Amino acid sequence: MAEKKFDVVIESKYNPLDFHFKELLRYRDLIFLFVRRNFVAQYKQTVLGPAWAIIQPLLTTIVFSVIFGNVAGLGADGVPTFIFYLSGTVMWSYFGSCLTNTSNTFISNSSILGKVYFPRLVMPISTVFSNLIGFGIQFGMFLCFIIYYLFTDSGVHVNWMICMFPLYVIQLAMLALGFGVIISSLTTKYRDLAMLVGFIAEMWKYLTPIAYDMFKLHALAPGGKLHALYMLNPVTPIINGFRYGFLGIGQIEWFYYGIGWATTIVIFLIGVLLFNRVERTFMDTI
Amino acid sequence: MSDAIRFENVWKEYRLGAIGGGTLKGDLQSFIARIRGQEDPNRKIGMELMGEVGEYFYALKDISFNVPKGQAIGIIGHNGAGKSTLLKLLARVTAPTKGRILYDGRITSMLEVGTGFHGELTGMENIYMNGAILGMTKAEIDKKIDEIIEFSEVAAFIDTPVKRYSSGMYVKLAFSVAAHLDSEIMIMDEVLAVGDARFQQKCIQKMKDETTVAGKTVLYVSHNMNTIRQLCERVVVLDHGQLIYDGEVEEAIKKYIGIANVNYKREYSLTDCPRPKSGRYTGEINLKKLNLLNTENNVFSEGDVIDLNIEVESKKNVENMSFMFIFQNLDDTRVGMSESNEFSLHEGINNISLKVPLDCLINEEYKVEISISQYTDNRHMRCDCAKEAFFFRIYTKENKMKADNWSPSNWGRMRGKPIKAEVNIT
Repeated sequence: MAEKKFDVVIESKYNPLDFHFKELLRYRDLIFLFVRRNFVAQYKQTVLGPAWAIIQPLLTTIVFSVIFGNVAGLGADGVPTFIFYLSGTVMWSYFGSCLTNTSNTFISNSSILGKVYFPRLVMPISTVFSNLIGFGIQFGMFLCFIIYYLFTDSGVHVNWMICMFPLYVIQLAMLALGFGVIISSLTTKYRDLAMLVGFIAEMWKYLTPIAYDMFKLHALAPGGKLHALYMLNPVTPIINGFRYGFLGIGQIEWFYYGIGWATTIVIFLIGVLLFNRVERTFMDTI
Repeated sequence: MSDAIRFENVWKEYRLGAIGGGTLKGDLQSFIARIRGQEDPNRKIGMELMGEVGEYFYALKDISFNVPKGQAIGIIGHNGAGKSTLLKLLARVTAPTKGRILYDGRITSMLEVGTGFHGELTGMENIYMNGAILGMTKAEIDKKIDEIIEFSEVAAFIDTPVKRYSSGMYVKLAFSVAAHLDSEIMIMDEVLAVGDARFQQKCIQKMKDETTVAGKTVLYVSHNMNTIRQLCERVVVLDHGQLIYDGEVEEAIKKYIGIANVNYKREYSLTDCPRPKSGRYTGEINLKKLNLLNTENNVFSEGDVIDLNIEVESKKNVENMSFMFIFQNLDDTRVGMSESNEFSLHEGINNISLKVPLDCLINEEYKVEISISQYTDNRHMRCDCAKEAFFFRIYTKENKMKADNWSPSNWGRMRGKPIKAEVNIT
């Protein structure tokens, strides 16, 4: 009998560059359902429901405004302290929640992953999308404040650079996905990383100009000793660009923004490659 | 017929012990050694040898078999035999260490009932969720949704969050989703073990229809031999990761149950026989010994009578005693029961002769559970009981119909006395 063609061949070997994009496309309904599930389940049995998506960053912003803005005087000049901190917090909370949620993808879903096959990337991708809903709500709130400040002559002025906004979000999502996936791939074997994720995210936040205005600190501002090193953090140019567009403060350094994109793409690719390698057998070690 | 699934020399290796604990250093060592082209310092010598070496063991060893399209195949074996690993490999939950598996079409894996069900979502939402996890698109589920709800019998609660469901409803809903998928191959691990008997039957019927009518291929793992008998046309037996039998259902079940404990001889000691746990025995009456008198090799024909002697020790004189013989197949299926007339025992050793008629038994191997009880105050008090007291085999070779190829799943385990048929002349 002639050798017959089979649809699927399961082997011990695998192709590291086979990302199953076709399959991912076929499972897009599943991505959508996971997004829905994550969102619905998150706010079930809470009194305020999705309002929590607004309350959390609002509280953080108030705390930051008081402590870092008013007490320590680290806020930006020229715009109200509140909107300065709100802009940073809203952007960061999307990145931070994507990072922490994708980094425990394998562990928190091991019960499903251990029973049935679907392209594993569905999980982190749906996490990134479900966080997008919360981000959308927060961004809506941010816009309301921006509009309010625009009409009150507070020094906030929007410019055409806001067109870059979608690009910022995409970059944040890719960066968080890439990093989260790297961490989740490693946590299948070394759980220690799962313990560290929260801390890493927190540290990263303080290495990014969220709680302070980097242009006020000599060492970090352009021309400062640590500026080049500081700007290697790919999130920093995003935050700067976002603030430049919506608040009209600071500046965009295109060079570092370009480097940020390069870093993002490299991390994203490393993450997907690693994930591809681990996903086949992680159930044995998790 | 062409193959739907093909296993080609599949091996699966697992690491024993605490995985991950203290392996970072080891992994780095191995990694550096690999880069420098040296031998891995953490790999045990002789790792390439087969079998259990060091911290590694093989859950599957060199498994090869083919499953033709449209066949329902059962996989049986004791715990740890590798059944679930086999299904996991096929479900692509994990990858084989060596060898390869090929299949055609889509696979629905039900290694668990209700994978991905979320308590907060309603039954309806969970149908979509579960269906999508199993590989259906929304459009496909839309087409089947009515059928699924009807089959699940929970239509009234379909808009209730499943955390309020009873466990039975949960299972019914979950099974319905999986059973209605448009896949060519279904793999199931003990999923029918849950749910009530009627729903189980309904599921088996559904599965049978899927194989015979729709031509689906089914791989079914279970410890329940009755569902295996009903569903499967062929059975693979695994033992310690190896395939030890592949073929006919009844033969496979015998292999699985293990002929090892079958013991054909003429004298049996009843004192060593296992006792049922659920008995209160006074210890005043004890079954001691059993002798088969009219056989050489424990083979009888249907309709024969076994002559046997049983020694019973009694601490006092008792009346209204009787024996009960419960006939069982080797897989513990109870076939039937015969009772003796009443008799009296005197103090000391009693030697009792018994004549046991073997009517209505089909060609099969049997074991017999013997209990002795006393009839007092309108009820039987069991005084002693010996499980697996003796073994015998029925082989009716004369020209009796169907003696050789009796099908227990269709005709049951008892052959009734012949029916007299006469054509009336009018």
